[in-house]
Amino acid sequence: MVTRREFDIGLEQLQNMLVEMGGRVERALADSMSALEKLDAEAARAVVKEDPLINQIEEKISDLGAKLIATQQPVAKDLRRILVALKISSDLERMGDLSVDIAKVVLRLEGQTLMKPLHDLPRMALIVRSMIVESIQSYIDENVDLAYKMAKDDDQVDALYSQILREMFSLMAENPKTVTQAMYLSFVGRYIERIADHATNIGESVVFLVVGKRPDLNQ
Amino acid sequence: MSEHAFYTKDLSVYYGEKHAVKKISMDFPDRQVVALIGPSGCGKSTFLRSLNRMNDLIPGARIEGEVWIGGENICDPGTDVVRLRQKIGMVWQRPNPFHKSIYENVAFGPRYHGIRNKKELDRIVEECLRKTALWDEVKDRLHQSGLALSGGQQQRLCIARSLAVRPSILLMDEPASALDPVSTAKIEELIAELKKEYTIVIVTHNMQQAARISDKTAFFFLGDLIEYDDTNRMFTNPSRKSTDDYISGRFG
Repeated sequence: MVTRREFDIGLEQLQNMLVEMGGRVERALADSMSALEKLDAEAARAVVKEDPLINQIEEKISDLGAKLIATQQPVAKDLRRILVALKISSDLERMGDLSVDIAKVVLRLEGQTLMKPLHDLPRMALIVRSMIVESIQSYIDENVDLAYKMAKDDDQVDALYSQILREMFSLMAENPKTVTQAMYLSFVGRYIERIADHATNIGESVVFLVVGKRPDLNQ
Repeated sequence: MSEHAFYTKDLSVYYGEKHAVKKISMDFPDRQVVALIGPSGCGKSTFLRSLNRMNDLIPGARIEGEVWIGGENICDPGTDVVRLRQKIGMVWQRPNPFHKSIYENVAFGPRYHGIRNKKELDRIVEECLRKTALWDEVKDRLHQSGLALSGGQQQRLCIARSLAVRPSILLMDEPASALDPVSTAKIEELIAELKKEYTIVIVTHNMQQAARISDKTAFFFLGDLIEYDDTNRMFTNPSRKSTDDYISGRFG
């Protein structure tokens, strides 16, 4: 049957846009974290400026998904492929927003110096960046094992987040002057932790795409 | 088992040497719509026709296995085929009304089965035309030829005709494939209505139609039953890759 040509091209476009979006989100997190470590407001502003591009891709994915559903009447795996593309793009869009939130913390702290060099937050972000890459890779390869492995990394992220919170609480208790920074850095921990949860959601979408059932990897 | 539900056991149909339907065992639940799908020549229509012994009419056709309807294996040579076809109605791809009036098309079956009372026949004709949503369209011209109706109306007339002998099961072989979209929608609506009273088995090449109207879907390929499951599942997450490929238009 030749009539699938158009459809297959559309499905491929969806995948390409998701891959591009994933790359941009991973870079947004990397750039916002490097801006935070140096409290570089310029770099932070660049992250904020790039975000609309991520949002635009999400809109394009949503439009193309709607068009394919309306014109091709997809069923079974084709249908899941489109549903999953819509879901993943909305997860990625949120991840982009959370990276912007980190960049905005840098802007709030503009002109200050960090009370101490950051260790755990960058470590956490590094794990989450590789989760983003792996989540997109597991989507491209339809690799359920990689999706599960990636979701397991979320446990490390959660553990680091708890550790960071404890550290920030004791800093604030010891020296009230640190409260503003410690609060903002706690927020950053929270943002990174949320990004990891969205990456885990992507893993769930990959499992749904491949086997047609929804696991809960966020446990 | 109610008179509406039935099942086949290892049902095979041969055309000469060709094994056209291969040992199919299927349950047809009480008052549900089962869609049979698959590429041309996969055996679905042959299978459908063996459910009321229509293949008897094809030279060289041979049936093995069992079809159990109402406690009776209808493949048994002793089966009264006329009575069987009264219990199991059939609707074909092309509407085939008799060269008779609308009224006579519907009254033909009951009359054949011995009903002579005019009032009773009137009642049956009205009831069947109402059930097929045709009554309001034709009540003022019941004695005009059935062939004067539009294609969609003719098809509904044929359905009314098969209902007139009080079947419990309706077999439909692509009942809407020769109709325009509005007539098709009416037939689909009618099927949804009819399944309250009848078990329906429908062969269709229209995947969306199968997805819309049926409760269960069976995918046939090269005479085998590849997969048979709830329609919802068949069209969202079939277990067999070939089912997925077929309904997604990758082959066939």
